[in-house]
Amino acid sequence: MSDLKQLYQEIILDHNRNPRNCYAMPEASCSADGHNPLCGDTVKVYLRIEDGIVREISFEGAGCAICTASTSMMTESVKGKTVEEVIELFEGFHHMLTGIAEEQDVELGKLRVFEGVREYPVRVKCATLAWHTLRSALGEEADGPVSTEDS
Amino acid sequence: MSAAFDLEAIRRDFPALDQQVHGRDLVYLDNAATTQKPRAVIDAVRNFYERDCSNVHRGVHALSQRATVAYESSRTTIRKHIGAHDSREIVFTRSTTEAINLVAASFLRPRLQPGDEILISEMEHHSNIVPWQLLRESTGAVLRIIPISDEGNIDLDAYQGLLGPKTRLVGIVHVSNALGTVNPIKEMIAMAHEKDIPVLVDGAQAISHLDVDVVDLDCDFYAFSAHKVYGPSGIGALYGKRKHLLEMPPFQGGGDMILSVRFEETIFNEPPHRFEAGTPNIEGALGMATALEYIDGVGLEAIRKHEERLMKEASLRLPEVPGLRLIGQARQRAGAISFVLNGIHPHDVGTILDQEGVAVRAGHHCAQPVMQRYGLSATVRASFGLYNREEDIDALIRGLESVREVFA
Repeated sequence: MSDLKQLYQEIILDHNRNPRNCYAMPEASCSADGHNPLCGDTVKVYLRIEDGIVREISFEGAGCAICTASTSMMTESVKGKTVEEVIELFEGFHHMLTGIAEEQDVELGKLRVFEGVREYPVRVKCATLAWHTLRSALGEEADGPVSTEDS
Repeated sequence: MSAAFDLEAIRRDFPALDQQVHGRDLVYLDNAATTQKPRAVIDAVRNFYERDCSNVHRGVHALSQRATVAYESSRTTIRKHIGAHDSREIVFTRSTTEAINLVAASFLRPRLQPGDEILISEMEHHSNIVPWQLLRESTGAVLRIIPISDEGNIDLDAYQGLLGPKTRLVGIVHVSNALGTVNPIKEMIAMAHEKDIPVLVDGAQAISHLDVDVVDLDCDFYAFSAHKVYGPSGIGALYGKRKHLLEMPPFQGGGDMILSVRFEETIFNEPPHRFEAGTPNIEGALGMATALEYIDGVGLEAIRKHEERLMKEASLRLPEVPGLRLIGQARQRAGAISFVLNGIHPHDVGTILDQEGVAVRAGHHCAQPVMQRYGLSATVRASFGLYNREEDIDALIRGLESVREVFA
């Protein structure tokens, strides 16, 4: 049970129960769809960007607790940041979970609660789906729906 | 004749069952994905490598002759197991999927005109959907879908209505991997044959749970894999009526599927070798035959009764878990039981059960259309094999209590 508590920390369960910024945004300046073909989970991320700063971010969809909480907490952590800062945060988060990206000196704050997911390799994609989708919305990934099975 | 069903003795035959996962005794409830292998199958594969390893159908030396005899005897064992009359009606394939693709490419494609119809059901596995979609794209044929009820039964009236003058093939799953539904395929085959429409049966799930008799069913094709019936992965078989196989062009070109090759002209071998290009999975075939001999030794009737008890027990006890809803409650079911827990995603359920040593499948089970039919993206699926015990259901239910604790 203790391992599971490490994975399903209270803050994750809370964001799963009450996801923040979960709504459609018709006036979004950009958006993207993400899809995890392994489980069929889908997420749509909306952004309103003004002067290179994320003024508003929201999402619809998501799936399991890890995916939903990660998406919800992502929206909280990127609001008010510049696009460059958001990309840095993506890299830092990705590195924490996979060790693939370059290690960066990024302040992850509350996002550290997802560190436990690293012990569950099949669930890493649940935690990173929203972030890949966000990067796609920012035009940093190829056009078309992003999939956790891309690269 | 089989001896009395001795569950503990059977469990001892499967070395993989005797292990711990995350500090708990393994409870393997993912048999619809793949089954564990009995010692006899492991030994059959090992013996081939240790004694008879050589190529089939060509060598004049002793090892090759032994390998050829063993390989062709495996075909005979498979024929007998499914009640076919002629070993030439058994084609070795890589899998159920490849068997279905073989029928799509060699049987159906040459017969299709634009507007012709292929009929499948709403509960098919992707392996009995995508090959027909590929065919549709290259021929202009139309894919039509037999609807199912909320309980997970085929709508036979709708099926009757869909069998039309343009239907060229019915492709139907014998036992659904996602819902556990046992389809009335004998009746469905008879209905199709009244209109001279051939029927392919996807038997991937059925083969380990039911006593399949292709002659009694009168199916035109029956596809199945070894790994779902306690045999190795990478080997499967297609049963096809001899009259069809004789008319069908080769599936792939290469060695072993020819009688003679000249640059001007090649004469193809007779079925089944016509459809088995290249060096086959010899050890796989041996393992497959040994697996079928193993379950014949236990007795399919005894296995069916045992698994029915487990299914009944699980169907009664799982709904007692608060918030649990069974998906699919068809009249007749075998092997698999699918469910969702209110407000908890199947992936989270699967991860937590795994920590308790309980292996289940969480996801869409490669049957996304049937998931959509129920408005779901995924379910949790517990699926049984001959070695499962009532204690496994206890462990599953205890695991689900842990899930509810985590999410309380």
